[in-house]
Amino acid sequence: MIDVHNVSKKFGTKQVLFNISFAVTKGEIVGFLGPNAAGKTTTMRIITCYLPATEGTVTVAGYDVFDQSLDVRRNIGYMPENPPLYYDMSVYSYLDFVARIKGIQGKNIKKRIDAVMERVSITNVRDRICGRLSKGYRQRVGLAQALIHNPPVLILDEPTSGLDPKQIVEVRQMIKSLSADHTIVISTHILPEVKLTCERVLIINEGRIVAEGTLEHLTQKIKGKEKFQVEVAGPKEDIIRVLKSIPGVEGATIEKTEMNNKHQIMLESDVKSDVRKDIARTIVENKWDLFELRNVSMTIEEIFMKYTAGEKVYGEEK
Amino acid sequence: MRTIWALFKKELRLYFVSPIAYGLIAGFLIITGFFFYFLLSMFLESTARSMMMAQYYRQMPPPVNVNLELIRPLISNFAFLGLIMGSMITMRLIAEEKKLMTIELILTSPVTTFQLVMGKFLAGFALFCIMLLPTSLYFIILDFFGDPEITPIIIGYIGLLLIGGVFTAIGLMVSSFTENQLIAVALTLSISVLLWVVDWPVSYITQPTVSAIVSYIALPAHFDDFTKGVLDIKHISYFLSLIILSLYLTYRSLESLRWRT
Repeated sequence: MIDVHNVSKKFGTKQVLFNISFAVTKGEIVGFLGPNAAGKTTTMRIITCYLPATEGTVTVAGYDVFDQSLDVRRNIGYMPENPPLYYDMSVYSYLDFVARIKGIQGKNIKKRIDAVMERVSITNVRDRICGRLSKGYRQRVGLAQALIHNPPVLILDEPTSGLDPKQIVEVRQMIKSLSADHTIVISTHILPEVKLTCERVLIINEGRIVAEGTLEHLTQKIKGKEKFQVEVAGPKEDIIRVLKSIPGVEGATIEKTEMNNKHQIMLESDVKSDVRKDIARTIVENKWDLFELRNVSMTIEEIFMKYTAGEKVYGEEK
Repeated sequence: MRTIWALFKKELRLYFVSPIAYGLIAGFLIITGFFFYFLLSMFLESTARSMMMAQYYRQMPPPVNVNLELIRPLISNFAFLGLIMGSMITMRLIAEEKKLMTIELILTSPVTTFQLVMGKFLAGFALFCIMLLPTSLYFIILDFFGDPEITPIIIGYIGLLLIGGVFTAIGLMVSSFTENQLIAVALTLSISVLLWVVDWPVSYITQPTVSAIVSYIALPAHFDDFTKGVLDIKHISYFLSLIILSLYLTYRSLESLRWRT
């Protein structure tokens, strides 16, 4: 649905995007992840025809953003980071205006506005002035604006920024509910958001795509080792010695010792063999008390830090 | 066409849902009202004086021409006021969209630059016309108590509409250069006033081509005939070409928003 091919962008002499390529297939939700000023918004603006790329091509729904700009714009709903509202207009007349410039036929406008207001639940503020709305409602009107012409592609730039936790959850659910019939690209620097809403992640840093794939895939790729946390009571040296001798276990370190000889131990093993059952059996056979055994998975923050700091790890090439 | 209409309606709505339109119209009417009162008093006084003189010398009172002595200067004043008002009407048209980033919505919607320019221009021009409309009251009053010629007044208004179109187009163009409304209004005023006064030093210019160009560019020379009630294609085409030139430059400037950097 979206095909970005070797796109570079320079502002004057400052290059902000370096040869970016990626594709989004129909019906996918892709998270665009990166620190501030990584080039997320610039990429989105290029896709939405707001800015031209210095080099490279972008096609959306089969149309080129440069040569068939109007067709692209008909097929895209774009919600910029700050909802583009006219503060003196009422919600309804604002949506009416957007519907008209998006080219919706006059007789369908009312129906579309009602449907969209229903969908993002702003029907109760339809006659309020946009400038008087709370941040959460503005964000929703911004979303309504992007949805009004029912575009197959939605580009949402930090849709949850500045919202309170309850609103964030609501907006995420809204986005989830849209995924059935839309191709969606979301940019964010709020990490859990990606985990909750996106099927695939693109990590962008300093104008380059540094990683791409599903979350599990990315985790696996940089993890290399499986980690377990074990809480067990018994003689310290024996426990370490025995646990280390289990085939597959590559390291065991005591993190913390509590009263009653209770130890928290971090075990490392290679990814292939699942050693949990061996660990449990060994402990029980030695008549130590097992309090906890759990897989420590990498948090998305760790993944993100790993990719955006220091060495650049490249995701799979297409 | 539908898109232009949508943009036009939105722009006009924004004028009238905020105090902008009312403030501008009220200001315009206060100043034109002042001019009307002031010029009318002067006219009445000079008429009365010439009547008295005629009586004193036992002659026929000289004919007074309300069109010449009252209506002409009044319409000329309206034109200059239109210059100021035009710059204020148009200053927000594009600058504000840039400031509030609503331009992002417009430029990512299926709207061509031509539609955008026309929608904005027509909205600004419409507000100018709406502002001008109540001033017809002054002439209705004159017609009620006196006997002015109507045709020159109508032609004067055609001139006012044309000159309003010029100021609106210039203002729109300048508004597209900046995101700061104050800069927009200041620059628009400078350009418009310069167009107004550019031929003042014409008698000092020795080169004939330069002086010919300068006196052709100047606005008031072209507007003068309208106040006299003369409709001349030469002047109409001057105003229309200024409008088209400004709108074309607006078009280019908006295109460059996309392709600049």
